[in-house]
Amino acid sequence: MPVQERGGQKVWQRRSGRESLWHWVMWLIGVAIFAYCWQQISEATTWFFVYDAPRIANDIWTRATPPRWEYITQLGKPIWDTLNIATLGTIIALILAVPVAFLAARNTTPSALIIRPIALLIIVSTRSINSLIWALLLIAIIGPGVFAGVIAIAIRSIGFCAKLLYEAIEEIDETQVEAITATGASRWQVMAYGIVPQILPAFAGIAVFRWDINIRESTVLGLVGAGGIGLQLSSSLNVLAWPQVSLILLVILAAVVISEWVSAKVRGAII
Amino acid sequence: MLRLEKLVKTYKTGDQALKAVEIDVPEGQVLALIGPSGAGKSTLIRCINRLVEPTSGKVYLGDTELTGLSSGALRRERRRMGMIFQEYALVERLSVMENVLSGRLGYVGFWRSFLRRYPQADVDEAFRLLDRVGLAHMADKRADELSGGQRQRVGICRALIQNPALLLVDEPTASLDPKTSRQIMRLICELCKERGLAAIINIHDVALAQMFVQRVIGLRFGAVVYDGPPDGLSPDKLTEIYGEEDWEATIEAVEDEDDAEVAAQ
Repeated sequence: MPVQERGGQKVWQRRSGRESLWHWVMWLIGVAIFAYCWQQISEATTWFFVYDAPRIANDIWTRATPPRWEYITQLGKPIWDTLNIATLGTIIALILAVPVAFLAARNTTPSALIIRPIALLIIVSTRSINSLIWALLLIAIIGPGVFAGVIAIAIRSIGFCAKLLYEAIEEIDETQVEAITATGASRWQVMAYGIVPQILPAFAGIAVFRWDINIRESTVLGLVGAGGIGLQLSSSLNVLAWPQVSLILLVILAAVVISEWVSAKVRGAII
Repeated sequence: MLRLEKLVKTYKTGDQALKAVEIDVPEGQVLALIGPSGAGKSTLIRCINRLVEPTSGKVYLGDTELTGLSSGALRRERRRMGMIFQEYALVERLSVMENVLSGRLGYVGFWRSFLRRYPQADVDEAFRLLDRVGLAHMADKRADELSGGQRQRVGICRALIQNPALLLVDEPTASLDPKTSRQIMRLICELCKERGLAAIINIHDVALAQMFVQRVIGLRFGAVVYDGPPDGLSPDKLTEIYGEEDWEATIEAVEDEDDAEVAAQ
């Protein structure tokens, strides 16, 4: 009751006395939990290593600079592989995600009782496992190399793309669908005329967004042997070749910046 | 031409939107359906082309009974019923031409329509219709670039290119300004006359309805409470349809407008 009468005057407060007390208690509990966790973490930390950190970081920095520029000749192929893994993986994921999204969207699914839960299961299960773990599994199944990377990225992206796409499908303007249906159009024509034009901007946005994420994800796939620049990164780390590591990080940074620029351009052009 | 027999629609929530509605529309008649919001006007129109499935009752279009049709046969019959919508319901991201041609979807196959390879006769007809409603120069514009009145004209073209026998018109003027509303109503009625089309027009604006149609049906709580000529709508009748209100001004306004129009001509 924020409005009270006090001495004939109407007083308005954001919260009543009981509510503000409640808020205060909740804050107190929150702060107490934070402090307790802080203490627990502190006990579990070997502070010697932490105090040491600036010196070690400085040591690695001096070892890593300057980068070994001549090593770049060996990085062209791996970074190209990385880009290909991301791009092919995204394309495969999109092709598979479109039907899944249509089956999962409440307004287009052929059966809300059986097919929709299956589609949702596909979305959740592919999304919940990291691409690095998919890569580990796939390397065991189809052997190490770029192909395992492509498939890992593709599987990981299906759920993400399908989820965003089916949300876009559920948000379409139904009267446009009605209008197309009223002309006597078939089910597929209604899809092509009533639904697809409405979700095309969302689809394009999702595609470049996911491609952008996949470039970053595919840079680490090499760590487990699934091809790309991560392979060079892990072998350089293993032999403590810090100048090479710093150069690889610079190359990855450049690739990510370029991909971000490209996706921003594409998104701007579509929407 | 169109006959509704004991048409009933009960929604899942238990709301009875239509209670045994019986309407007979002869060839070429333009009919206005008036009534308060929630009276079942939109439901009635949608039950005819089965965008909403009627609960019971029969709908005859010519000799064909629509409520029992399979989906394929229903699609063929829907081609004979053009529909015009309140919010235009154009596919916003497609061009004007694509929107008009989408009225032919019931006649062309999937791949032809998907690849936008419509028969030349359809394209010719689309240009003719766009020219008729004064939008020939807009054919390449995207639908969302158009003003409300222009969009509704495109909607009219889309309905007419189906070559329908009947127009189902759902609140064609609700989102338009008064002048554009009249132009659109006049256009619809003229086109119906030119082509000998029957039409059912849902409309809020009683005065506008009286100005343009030959017959008015008043709907209240899903039942027909008035069926007759537009000038038979007395204050008592309007009270019966809409509820208590001072109706004299509405009716007078119509008469004034009629006079003004006669004077203008």
